[in-house]
Amino acid sequence: MPADDHAHDHGSEVSEMQLRVKALETILTEKGYVDPAALDQIVENFETRIGPHIGAQVVARAWIDPEFKSRLLEDGTTAANTMGGFDPVAAHLIAVENTPEVHNLVVCTLCSCYPASVLGLPPVWYKSAPYRSRAVIDPKGVLAEFGVTLPQETQIRIWDSTAETRFLVVPMRPAGTEGWSEEQLAALVTRDCMIGTGVPRVPQEAAR
Amino acid sequence: MTNSIHDMGGMHGFGSVEAEPNEPLFHAAWEARVRALQRAMGATGVWTLDGFRAAQELLPPLTYLSSSYYARWFRALERQVVRHGLVGEDEITAGRALRPGIRLNRKLTLDDAKANRSGRYDRPAPAPARFKAGDAIRTRNINPTTHTRLPRYARGKLGTVEAVRGCHVFPDSSAIGAGDNPQWLYTVVFAGRELWGEEADPAIKVSIEAFEPYLSPA
Repeated sequence: MPADDHAHDHGSEVSEMQLRVKALETILTEKGYVDPAALDQIVENFETRIGPHIGAQVVARAWIDPEFKSRLLEDGTTAANTMGGFDPVAAHLIAVENTPEVHNLVVCTLCSCYPASVLGLPPVWYKSAPYRSRAVIDPKGVLAEFGVTLPQETQIRIWDSTAETRFLVVPMRPAGTEGWSEEQLAALVTRDCMIGTGVPRVPQEAAR
Repeated sequence: MTNSIHDMGGMHGFGSVEAEPNEPLFHAAWEARVRALQRAMGATGVWTLDGFRAAQELLPPLTYLSSSYYARWFRALERQVVRHGLVGEDEITAGRALRPGIRLNRKLTLDDAKANRSGRYDRPAPAPARFKAGDAIRTRNINPTTHTRLPRYARGKLGTVEAVRGCHVFPDSSAIGAGDNPQWLYTVVFAGRELWGEEADPAIKVSIEAFEPYLSPA
């Protein structure tokens, strides 16, 4: 059990937290520092607008459009922003491509930096001590826990997100998807494969 | 603080990475409120993003480790509003405002929240970049008692500049209220063996995003 999950095991802390957070929100609202409607909207953004479906569309387009892919790898922020319906990716987005030679893995050892504009909120494991401590020293061990085994000769490149630059892994396109539409391909792109702890679903999985 | 428990890269003993199947976005309603409060209070500009990170790093190590992620954020948030004079300790205890708020320059509106623009941290360069892609560097061995983004595992190490990422707000200054102090930012890559010794897997390379003051020519 990661230390980060501690609170989820203890109902008493959870209810205490509910009260304390409610109290702080009340104080900050009464003092005029925050607008509860804006707070609701921020939560709603995460619940309904921002999530890994955005990154999946970016990856799928890169798979079918070589010109888009080269622009994405050159300047991830601008390329992602050109895709219709997206929220502006103001943060400095860097797309890194998996190849048969190199597998990319993204971590933030110091806190929880994550490409939120294209993947939404990070999962608990990404923010946990086991992942943050081990991704940089034992990436193969970490990948094995996610069921990812790479060929012996594959280089592993770990990107520690120590500044406001953010990393999106562009995984390799699965075999057997020739002629697929962008939408069909996007359905194969999982959140984890855009962090580097997974690989895309294979066509047989998608058919199920 | 620099050498505190948050700087976890390379530590042992935390166990395996446990992914939760079908993990919910938030595990309790209060987590969502903390996430939103952090965003809204950050937008007031009273403290910076790095100031908020530093506030978490100032939590006692045992508190840091035993708190869930959003509980940690909440504790840092409480600490920040009191430390910056926005809320009194007595009001935290009372659970309600006992005095009117002070006037702030900015307040996140509903329209701001709908526009959902994240902050920008790139800045005009005050000087040319000192390094270019391909340059050999050694990271400095620094141990400031204030915030830094140079992890312990990557200090005093030989690496290569892989990319120049532009000029950005310098977290070490921004966190302590010393302004943006823009610095060039580089992706610096290290061989796994440089970081972890000769026994390390030769197939591993690790990069950090390193601000120019962290680097010296090799």
